[in-house]
Amino acid sequence: MSVTYVGMPPFPEAADASTRDERLRGNLRHATHTIRDKRATAVAELADWPELRTAGAEIKDRTLRHLDHYLEQLEAAVTRAGGTVHWAADAAEANRIVTRLVEATGESEVVKVKSMATQEIGLNEALAEAGISAYETDLAELIVQLGDDHPSHILVPAIHRNREEIREIFRTRMGRWGRAAPENLSDRPADLAEAARLHLREKFLNAKVGVSGANFMVAESGTLVVVESEGNGRMCLTLPETLISVVGIEKVVPTWRDLEVFLQLLPRSSTAERMNPYTSTWTGTTESDGPRDFHLVLLDNGRTDTLADRVGRQALRCIRCSACLNVCPVYERAGGHAYGSPYPGPIGAILTPQLDAMETGLDASLPYASSLCGACYEVCPVAIDIPEVLVHLRERVVQGGPVTVRGQRTTVRPAKGHAAERAAMRAASWTFDHPRALRAGERLASRARRLVPRTLPGPGKGWTDSRDIPSLPPESFRDWWRRTRGPGTRPGAETRPAARESGTGESGAAPEGGRE
Amino acid sequence: MRVALFVTCINDALYPRTGQAVVTLLERLGVQVDFPEAQSCCGQPQFNTGYRHATEPLVHRYAEAFEGYDHIVVPSGSCAAMVRDNYPRIGEKAAAEGRGHVLADTAARVVPRTYELTEFLVDVLGVTDVGAYFPHTVTYHPTCHGLRMLGLGKRPRQLLEQVRGLELRELEGAEECCGFGGTFSVKNAAVSAAMGTDKARHVEETGAAAVCTVDNSCLMHMGGTLSRRGSRVRPVHLAEILAGTEESPL
Repeated sequence: MSVTYVGMPPFPEAADASTRDERLRGNLRHATHTIRDKRATAVAELADWPELRTAGAEIKDRTLRHLDHYLEQLEAAVTRAGGTVHWAADAAEANRIVTRLVEATGESEVVKVKSMATQEIGLNEALAEAGISAYETDLAELIVQLGDDHPSHILVPAIHRNREEIREIFRTRMGRWGRAAPENLSDRPADLAEAARLHLREKFLNAKVGVSGANFMVAESGTLVVVESEGNGRMCLTLPETLISVVGIEKVVPTWRDLEVFLQLLPRSSTAERMNPYTSTWTGTTESDGPRDFHLVLLDNGRTDTLADRVGRQALRCIRCSACLNVCPVYERAGGHAYGSPYPGPIGAILTPQLDAMETGLDASLPYASSLCGACYEVCPVAIDIPEVLVHLRERVVQGGPVTVRGQRTTVRPAKGHAAERAAMRAASWTFDHPRALRAGERLASRARRLVPRTLPGPGKGWTDSRDIPSLPPESFRDWWRRTRGPGTRPGAETRPAARESGTGESGAAPEGGRE
Repeated sequence: MRVALFVTCINDALYPRTGQAVVTLLERLGVQVDFPEAQSCCGQPQFNTGYRHATEPLVHRYAEAFEGYDHIVVPSGSCAAMVRDNYPRIGEKAAAEGRGHVLADTAARVVPRTYELTEFLVDVLGVTDVGAYFPHTVTYHPTCHGLRMLGLGKRPRQLLEQVRGLELRELEGAEECCGFGGTFSVKNAAVSAAMGTDKARHVEETGAAAVCTVDNSCLMHMGGTLSRRGSRVRPVHLAEILAGTEESPL
C-alpha cells in the first residue's frame, strides 16, 4: 500500500494548478512567513543551538544504528509496565491490528490524538470500513476531517483554510458528527475555538477508546511522549479505558537524557515556542489512573528499507517539526496537497518516495520538487541534508541502482519516461569532455544566434513561457582568450596529463589532454 | 601569484564578459591569470538531475585541467559548490560501488584548491577594496549555493560596499531562492516561474538600476523574468562591477 493518496498526479501537474490559486498562495505566504520569522527568533535565543542540533542528529544516528537493540529494550520495558506490544511490518498489518483491538472492546467509536503515523497508514479509512468511527480531536485535524479534506501541513494541517472557510465547514458539517455549531457562528477565532471545544468535549467524555501516535518513545523506561499545544491530546490519552498508540519504529530514543535534547529542539523548531504547553508521558498502565489497557503498535512500513540506504536513512532522524516546510519556497507556492501524502514539503519529498519504494509516478516526481536551495537543511533541527537526499533519490529515478524493498536487496531499473533526458545528459557530458566538439558547438551557436526564437518547443517551453532567453554573445570566452592571449598555458606541464586510471560508469572515451 | 581561471561553461558560452571581467580584475590586482583550455563544465546539471555516472568524466577532466595550480578561481558560487561539496560525494559513491578510490582521491586533490571569486579576493588576497567604480544603484541577491553551501557570508557585500559611486539597496526576501534550480526551472516550470516573479517584483521594488549576484545562472533566470516583465533593471555579475574603474568604467 502506498503512502501517497490514491489517484494523485505527479507533483508538477498538481503544482501547476495550485500555484495559480491566488488565495491559497496568499494564505500560505502569510502563515509560513509568520512562523519562520518566529522560529528564527526562538532559535537565536539559544547560544548552544548548533551543538543541540548536532547532538540531536547524533543521538538519532546512534539509535538508528542499533535500532534492533533499542526496540527490544523498549518492548521489554513497555511489557513490564503492563502494556502490550504489537509489531506491524506494513500499513495493512497495522490497520488490522488496531481494528481487531478496537473490536475487542466492543466499541464503535474512537477519539484520536493528532498523529502522522495513523495518517500514513490510512487508519481512519480502515476503521470506517470495519464500521468504527474515528474522531480527530486536534483542532486543525478536526477542520480537515469535517471538510472531507487532506491535511496540507504537518504541524498546521488546515493551513490552506482561512477562517471564513472554517466557519462554513463548522456550520455545515459539525452536526453530522456530533454536537452542531451554532447557526449564527461568527468567524472570530475565539468563537470558532469555542464551537470546536463544545463539540469535542462531548467526544472526550463519551470515549472508551483512544488512538494516538507518539513523538518519542524512551527505551530505558518504556515511556511514550506526546508533545502538543491544545491539551486535546491529553484528554484522549487519559480519559478512555483503552489506549492504542501507533508509532513508527524510528521514534525511539535510548534514555530520558536523550529526550531532553529533543524537548528543546522540537518546540522552538515547530511552533517557535520555548516550551510546548502540554507534554504528556505515559508508561504502560497505572492502577486507577488513566487507561487500563495500553497497546503499542510498532510500525515499520518501509522504515527498515529506508534504514538500509546509506544516504537516504538520514530522513529517519526527522522529528516532524515542519521547519523545512515553513522555509521552503516550493512548498509556499505549490501548497501541501501537491505532495500527495501526509508528508508534504521538503521532508515529504525525501520520505514519501523512500517509504513507498518509489512505487508511483508521484513518488518519482517528488525528488524533483525542489530547486535545491538548501533552506530546509539550514533550519532542520536534526541536520537532515535534504538536498543531498533529493539528489540521491533523483539518481534512483533516472539511473536506477541497488535498493532494499521489503527487506530484500534488489536493483531497480531507471524509471521510464526519461530516455530523451538521459540521452541529452550523456551527450552534454560527452561534449563537455571533448573541448574540440564543445568549441565547435559554441561557434555554431554564436553564428546562428540571430535565429534563436523567442519561444522554444518541447521542454524549453517551460522556460520561455515566463522568461526571455539570454542573447548569445558573438564570441565565447575561450575564443576571446585564444584570440587575445594565444593558447592556454599551464605551469610545468609540458606533456599531456596521465591517462585516467579507472573506467567510469558512463564514458569509455579516452581523455583529451590538456592541450589540443 | 599565478592562478587558473575556471570560467564555467555557462560563462564561456553565454556570459564571456564575466570571464573577461575576472581577468581584468585579477590582473589589476597583480595576479597572473591562466586559462587552461582543457576545462569545460563542472557537471552540475547532470549531477543535480540524477545522472551521477555521467558526471564522473567531468570530475577527472576538471582535475586534469587544473593540475599544478594552487588556486582555481571560479566566478560562480554554484559551480564552486559543485566541486567542493559534490565531487567528494561522487568519489565516495564510486568507491562504495566497488570502483576504487581514484575518483575520491581526485576530488580530494581539487577541493582545497577551488575558490569562488569573492573567497579568493577576501580570503587569499585579503582585499575588499579592489579599486572599482560603478556609479549606479545596485541590489544584491545572495545566491543559494554561495550562501548556504559555500557560506560566502558577508564577502560579496564587503566588496560591493567599497565600490566607488555604488549605492546598495536592500532586497526584500533576499535569501529566498530565485527559482532557477537548473532543470527544476523546466521540470517544475510553474513553481519556478512563481518564485521568479516574486523575486523580480522584490528587485523592482528596490528601485535599483542593477541586480547583482555571484552566479550568472541565477541572473539568467532573474534577467529573463525581469525582461519578460518589461522591467529595466539590468542583471550584472559581481565580477563585472568589480572590474570597472573610473579610467575604464563598465
